Amino acid sequence: MRYNEPSPLEQMIISYRFDLPNPASIDTYLANDGYVAIKKVLGMTPEAIIDELKVSSLRGRGGAGFPTGMKWSFVPRNTGKPTYVICNSDESEPGTCKDRLLMENDPHQLIEGMLIAGWTIKSNKGYIFIRGEYRYLIDIVDRAIAEAYQRGYLGKNILGSGWDFDLYTHTGAGAYECGEESALLESLEGKRGIPRLKPPFPAVVGAFQSPTILNNCETYSAIPWIFRNGGAAYAALGTPKNGGTRLVCVSGHVNKPGVYELPMGFNLLRIVNEVCGGVRNGKKLKAIIPGGSSSPVLRADECDIPYDFDSLAKAKTMAGSGGVVVLDEDTDIVAVALRTIKFYAHESCGWCIPCREGTNWLKKILSRYHEGFGDESDIDLIAELANNMLGRTFCALGDAAAMPTAGFVAKFRNEFEDYLKKSPRFQPAPELAVV
Amino acid sequence: MTFSPELEARFAKLLNSYPPGRQRSAVVPMLLYAQDEIGCVTQELVEEVAHRCGVTALQVDEVIGYYSMLHRKPLGKYHVQICTNIACQAVGAEDLWAHACKNLQLGNKEVSPDGLISLEEVECIGACAWAPAIQINYDFHHQVTPEKFDRLMQALADRTYSARPS
Amino acid sequence: MAEVINFTIDGQKLQAAPGTLVINAAKQAGISIPSFCYYDNLALQAACRMCLVEVEKTPKLQVACTLPVAEGMVVHTDTPQVHQARKSMVEFLLTNHPLDCPVCDKGGECELQDMAFRYGAGFSRFREAKIHVDEKQWSPVVYYDAPRCILCYRCVRICGEGLGVSALGIGNRGAMAEIVPNRGDHLECDECGACIDICPVGALTSGAYRYKTRPWEMEHVGTVCTHCSNGCKTTLGVRNGRIIRANNRDRSGVNGEFLCIKGRYGFDFYDHPDRLTTPLVRQGGELKPVSWAQALAVVAKRFTEIRARNGKFAVIGSNHTTNEENYQLQKFARQVLRTSNIDHHRTGDVATLLDALQGRASALASTADLVNAKAALVIDSDLAQEQPLLAFSLRFNWRINQGHVYAVTPGPVREDNYATTVRAEPGREFEQLQLLKDRLAAEPELVILFGAAIKGEDIRRLVAFGDSLGIPVKYVALVDYSNSRGASDMGLLPDLLPGYRPVSEAGLEPGLDYDQILAATDLNALWVVGANPLSRQPLASQDAFVVVQDLFLTETAQRADVVLPAFCAYEKNGTVTNVCGDVQKLTRGPKTMGPKPDLDIIALLAKEMREDLGPTKVADVFAEIRNRVHGYNLPLVVIESGGAAQAVPPNDRIQIQSRPEVVRSAGNTLYTSGTLGRYSPMLNSVLEAPGALYHDPHIAPFVAKGSVQVDTTEKYG
Ligand SMILES: Cc1cc2nc3c(=O)[nH]c(=O)nc-3n(C[C@H](O)[C@H](O)[C@H](O)COP(=O)(O)O)c2cc1C
Ligand code: SF4
Ligand code: FES
Repeated sequence: MRYNEPSPLEQMIISYRFDLPNPASIDTYLANDGYVAIKKVLGMTPEAIIDELKVSSLRGRGGAGFPTGMKWSFVPRNTGKPTYVICNSDESEPGTCKDRLLMENDPHQLIEGMLIAGWTIKSNKGYIFIRGEYRYLIDIVDRAIAEAYQRGYLGKNILGSGWDFDLYTHTGAGAYECGEESALLESLEGKRGIPRLKPPFPAVVGAFQSPTILNNCETYSAIPWIFRNGGAAYAALGTPKNGGTRLVCVSGHVNKPGVYELPMGFNLLRIVNEVCGGVRNGKKLKAIIPGGSSSPVLRADECDIPYDFDSLAKAKTMAGSGGVVVLDEDTDIVAVALRTIKFYAHESCGWCIPCREGTNWLKKILSRYHEGFGDESDIDLIAELANNMLGRTFCALGDAAAMPTAGFVAKFRNEFEDYLKKSPRFQPAPELAVV
Repeated sequence: MTFSPELEARFAKLLNSYPPGRQRSAVVPMLLYAQDEIGCVTQELVEEVAHRCGVTALQVDEVIGYYSMLHRKPLGKYHVQICTNIACQAVGAEDLWAHACKNLQLGNKEVSPDGLISLEEVECIGACAWAPAIQINYDFHHQVTPEKFDRLMQALADRTYSARPS
Repeated sequence: MAEVINFTIDGQKLQAAPGTLVINAAKQAGISIPSFCYYDNLALQAACRMCLVEVEKTPKLQVACTLPVAEGMVVHTDTPQVHQARKSMVEFLLTNHPLDCPVCDKGGECELQDMAFRYGAGFSRFREAKIHVDEKQWSPVVYYDAPRCILCYRCVRICGEGLGVSALGIGNRGAMAEIVPNRGDHLECDECGACIDICPVGALTSGAYRYKTRPWEMEHVGTVCTHCSNGCKTTLGVRNGRIIRANNRDRSGVNGEFLCIKGRYGFDFYDHPDRLTTPLVRQGGELKPVSWAQALAVVAKRFTEIRARNGKFAVIGSNHTTNEENYQLQKFARQVLRTSNIDHHRTGDVATLLDALQGRASALASTADLVNAKAALVIDSDLAQEQPLLAFSLRFNWRINQGHVYAVTPGPVREDNYATTVRAEPGREFEQLQLLKDRLAAEPELVILFGAAIKGEDIRRLVAFGDSLGIPVKYVALVDYSNSRGASDMGLLPDLLPGYRPVSEAGLEPGLDYDQILAATDLNALWVVGANPLSRQPLASQDAFVVVQDLFLTETAQRADVVLPAFCAYEKNGTVTNVCGDVQKLTRGPKTMGPKPDLDIIALLAKEMREDLGPTKVADVFAEIRNRVHGYNLPLVVIESGGAAQAVPPNDRIQIQSRPEVVRSAGNTLYTSGTLGRYSPMLNSVLEAPGALYHDPHIAPFVAKGSVQVDTTEKYG
């Protein structure tokens, strides 16, 4: 089901089945363009498929926005090893809740997207890695997989092509880091979710030490549409190099929070004001965290910006996973900064020093600061520690923790300073009299 | 160790899901699914999973320490998880958390004396747009106000709670 | 790909093979890049981020420990930015590190201290509470202090990759992550202490050493372990004349960084309270303490007397004493006592192997061969238990040099995890060998290591099998105890003089062997040096005058008329020969008072009997050995400087009566070492059954089926 009213401004190309009765069933899917794309794709060469994806300018919806066609082209196709197709449905980035809807309401669309990936690299096995908290989705997706087997879309000799493809769900068990692609692969292999050294990248040495296509759930879900309607049509929906639509998850202080499918490049302020009915209780906008908790915050005056990967990158933040957290004028930025770093300290896998110790130290300083025992020097220290982490950690989680922290201080230094005035200042012990 | 037939069937399917020689892959799902049935990860379960997946008990221990959903002590029959991450925080999750602690007389990861309810402050559970969100076991509950929370807790106490997500 | 890569580090134009890591390329050029987690020959971790360097044209700092050199690459290892990054890593590390350096065992030899010193993170901006976790004891010898741990994972890797034991793992996550042992709250492992040795900080400490001293208060004496035949080099930490610890500090010697539990902790027998400190002479049926002069006079008098009436002497020598001592002992027996009745407990049939090889000098494998050979075959030995260094070496060879390992053993062995292993009941080894023959013949070369089950004629069969493979084959006859090979080389044999020359050259007939000596009813005198034959069986000869040189009042010493307290190998100078024939030097560590070196006892006894045994000083005896004993003309500088030089066998047939029945393995394991082991509180404190780890009922079925995948690319575990 949908958990919020759709908006008339939405352009639904991957979420339009959500409102149909029985949306997750294969009959609904088949009656509404389902498994049309795979039939087409089975007649295409890998090169042609990848070219079409490149034309679509589809970029990964998991966070980094990497061009999907290019990623698939990196997968070597004749190593003699098996190849794998993995869906990243770990969805743990705070502010993000879209993969959940895609799996709940349209699992066959995801399956079809993965089938297209599988055919492209002649893989015979795929896994959908679903975070452990989404147990009910495992049941839904498993049911969909069973239906697809029954109708011959999975299993042996799919649609008479002579090609076999098996698909399975695999559960996580509570670890944000397992959303990082190489940590996910470790987790899939039954180990701690510690990221792997890169290079080699998963495309070359991925699941079970074999070449692997690994994409986000939304990325796969967009693919059937692309092959039904053409890459060019998809590209045309968005802005240059940022093709298609994206599921934007708007949360926080808006009147109508929700997940909305909007064309790439839709103006961020319009999302708040028009799609989501404006800031709630008539308050003023203070800030927006535009792409999940890892993205540096934007001040209200910076929010008049197209919502796509490149525009946000130019504004020194990122569209990330599409999680837009809207904060009104009453928001305590220090509290948000603290809650953010608490999250990363909790989720740091502990492998490398700067992330393990840095997140933990920042959390402690910010806690103390938030409790009113901060002082002037803490503000610079927070910024400096974040900088000491940036670019020096083993995987991007360290950056994901440092970037927003540095961002809060840089954009709202005044709030940090005001905090010192209004909070019960820590009184240093009086100097002992020398007798 | 003996498990329910459903769980055994699930295990059998799991072990068949991975490429030959890669049964270690089943460790995490097996632990989680078994924990759901037994209530927690016992030492016996560790050894059993190690045995079935062809790894050492230490390799299973390492995994348990890593994943926050795996726990060695039993939780309440209903595990109430309140998200306080930024999206939920923005719309009152911290107040909801304080309210829950006070009303249930429980702290983080504590279990009520009758074993019915346990409470945990959790990280983002993927319900940000419908915040504040909580999970009772695996059921999501959205836009949870303190009043709605109390009604849910009352239903748990009265055994009238229905597992349908709301 | 190009054969060499050209690049620049700190202005030096350098070249290296493709794939060389920047950290190693820099090291070769004398530029040190700091690291905690990078460690030669262990999996790459890139976890500590200490080795960050600047690479031109790359915006971010790069991790030198995983970055291969590239053509035209320009690296800077000491810029202000690099310095700042490293300083911040040290600062991060110190946040949760207890600054208890003043009482930490590692203080003074701690890599974290050194880094803090080098990068000057001397001022703490960390004002918050540190995470505290109590210290844990995992075994009698291993303690873990989580707060001190910097999580470099060296211990996890050396245990898993290096030893193949995998007893350590990682628990929890994030700042609470810590190292965990394999049995919940305790360790079940080889207790080799490699984890402690490799720990750059004081997180893992040794039960034998902790809080006993500061590192700089010790003298560091490099010598050879006295327990098994592998002859690991060990560095004794000696303070005030007492051994405080043993490790292999400089990672030199045949063993590199390896030591087993015996080498690392098993030295403690030497100051056991039961250690003999004065000579004892039987008076009125009881052993009474006497002076050295009195004791030596008694022995000299009785020996002279018995010799005068043509009495029957026998001598049982030791596989623990030095080459010099063994050489002088056999000289004493043959020249002074005029007897050929001399032998030692033969733990492997070395002489028959040498005979079967008929002087093929290149057919004896040296210790170094085991880490380089393309293939090795182990027959009838549970190597990890009985020959710890050799097991480590073969595994190293497999891991680093892709050497192949085969094993034919009666029961499960650790090599099952990575080698081609087959089971063979004792006596049926050759049947299994036939099955392996094609695969072995396809190898470019082979080293065969065989246990005491292969002796006598079987050795000739084995050499014939080796010859039939059509490839170069080298052999190692596995023996037990620290100088078994030397005892044999030095002629502690009834039919062979030193260097395996026939006794006839000395105008003697072959004498009684070990079993015959014990069984003879007409012995008049028995002299036992550093052996305990009567622990197995009583002495048949009731009236024999028995002299025993030993450390303890063993079963044999209790039967003695005179007991002369001797030094152990840690207290001596001299040389010993390991299982592969590598000769190494012993250097005296502790200054024990009371007992004497066996060499001195032998010389004093000769003097007391007014006999001339030639040189008396260690160096002079060794000079004579180098001159007279075939194969021992070894380069003195190598030995003097603490190296190992292989003794080569004689180049013709050996006239030995094959006596396979007296060849018996001592059956020592990791936790036993004959008499010495019995007096080592540390060895006896270890609870595990030897080999428990791979007889684990949960793991064993997988091992036996061979379904456990060994994934060399794994980071840990
Ligand atoms: C710490 C961390 C957490 C991540 N979590 C997720 C996640 O939950 N879901 C996801 O799809 N990608 C996540 N990613 C991104 C993945 O590593 C990867 O880039 C992505 O799944 C690739 O798919 P795409 O190209 O379709 O975006 C995460 C990355 C990092 C560094
Ligand atoms: S940055 Fe380091 S500690 Fe943090 S999650 Fe990545 S590898 Fe783990
Ligand atoms: S922030 Fe609470 S569900 Fe995402």
